[in-house]
Amino acid sequence: MSGAMTSLESKDLPSRILPRKRYGNWLAGTVLALVVLLVLRSAFTNRNFSWPTFGHYLLSPAILFGLARTIELAVIAMALSILVGIALAIMRQSSNRVLNAVSGAYIWLFRATPLLVLLLLLYNMAALYPQIALGIPFGPDLFTVGTNTVITVAGAAILGLTLHEAAYCAEIFRAGLISVEHGQREAAEALGMSSALMMRRIVLPQAMRAIVPPLTNQFVNVVKTTSIVSVISMPELLYSAQIIYARTYETIPLLLVVTFWYLVLTALLTVAQHYVEQHFNRGRAGISAPASRKLSRLALEAGR
Amino acid sequence: MKDFDGKPVGVPAVDIRGVHKLYGSLHVLHEVDLVVAPGEVVCLIGPSGSGKSTLLRCINNLEKIQAGVIYVDGGLVGYRQVGQDLIETTQRQTCRARQHIGMVFQQFNLFGHRTVLQNLIEAPIHVQGTPREQAIERAKTLLSRVGLADKHAAYPAQLSGGQQQRVAIARALCMRPKLMLFDEPTSALDPELVGEVLDVLRDLARNDMTMMVVTHEIGFARQVADTVVFMDQGRIVEHGPAAEVLESPHQERTKRFLERVS
Repeated sequence: MSGAMTSLESKDLPSRILPRKRYGNWLAGTVLALVVLLVLRSAFTNRNFSWPTFGHYLLSPAILFGLARTIELAVIAMALSILVGIALAIMRQSSNRVLNAVSGAYIWLFRATPLLVLLLLLYNMAALYPQIALGIPFGPDLFTVGTNTVITVAGAAILGLTLHEAAYCAEIFRAGLISVEHGQREAAEALGMSSALMMRRIVLPQAMRAIVPPLTNQFVNVVKTTSIVSVISMPELLYSAQIIYARTYETIPLLLVVTFWYLVLTALLTVAQHYVEQHFNRGRAGISAPASRKLSRLALEAGR
Repeated sequence: MKDFDGKPVGVPAVDIRGVHKLYGSLHVLHEVDLVVAPGEVVCLIGPSGSGKSTLLRCINNLEKIQAGVIYVDGGLVGYRQVGQDLIETTQRQTCRARQHIGMVFQQFNLFGHRTVLQNLIEAPIHVQGTPREQAIERAKTLLSRVGLADKHAAYPAQLSGGQQQRVAIARALCMRPKLMLFDEPTSALDPELVGEVLDVLRDLARNDMTMMVVTHEIGFARQVADTVVFMDQGRIVEHGPAAEVLESPHQERTKRFLERVS
């Protein structure tokens, strides 16, 4: 209640406070609407898009079967990558130097190998080791099996994707573990928790906050990367479409069908990410979003 | 122990003998000897970097020592003695030995993803195997003892610093500790919140809890401590009954420090 206030009172008090007019928004919005309109017009007038063909194949059994294989492959590979990734991240932080070095070497090796090369190598594993034997090292074999019966197309695809993605997941998890304040570990230790218990119940749940966004990124990547396994003739989404257009030459509509389904899968993952993030953010925002809205509304009303 | 006579009876709660602690070439603790009797309240004071927090952290093996030995309630924490050597124990054994030493940190270190009640019952259930209902009942009793009965469903981020520190104290107490270590429990608090935490400490002291408190609150030390230990540059400079050390210190360094802080 000092000089500034008194000098203001001597003048007229402003009657309203208004936001700035945002002409930029209107301008950009108009331009964008025009562009979208042009694209849509071209998409619907250009007969080469052949939308009827798109509609015909969108829900065709061959495509849906390929879609199911893509989902299956992505989910299995991602689940395994997460498990291997967590193990590698914990090993990387371990005071055991051997574990630490093994994890470092793994991450280096599988981040360095292009997935395409890795898949082809695994697919042709039989050329390197025609048979896989289970036995006593340097002793007799107990059990022998042909490599090609173990590493099937699907097996090679899952193995390849997992080996590759696990290396990336490991680094994502390591970043998450580092992000948890050191005091949390000390408090857990002082309460007599073993490091396994501390990791499982205190550190990892809090690390998840930093892990979920890049991990979802990784998942989206895996969904799309499954299209690479078409090189080893795995009938996933892309390969299923390729089989059809190799026969009918309807390349563009079928690639649009494939694109459509990848868009849907990614959208679903984005929605899932939102809920997973909400789950791991509990206790962090201070108060829940609805409560916070209510509070600010009350504050506004009180101010009036 | 309210009757300080310098000679504790029975097994001491803490018995520190000739402890040295080094960080590389930095000598943080230098030939430290200290005996704490059951029920005694010891306040450790001294300038920052004097090693008082480190000493506290050595007691529950959050820090390793390079020479000497620390007995807590007659046993070792984090080590076992074989002949003339102390050998680090397995993690399992270290965890078991730590269970009855409560620790409260300057930064509270509550588990942010757990509610207040979950913070309290986590370790009793998963470390000590206490049945859930029993742990919850005990947690609720302790929460009302620190004046936070109504906050059991809140998350730590929703509480003030003083409330968080009181929860942290209750969490440590939920493990039924025989010894409580407080590492500057009020240093991260706004001045008006210090009182509520010190009240809880006073209540504990009245109930004969053995406590070692690293603190800058000289007034609190004067009121509550049986014994005050003044440390400087990794050594115990002066050690005696609270009134004696704080009112008529023998050492020049203690005098200078007390003049500066009060």
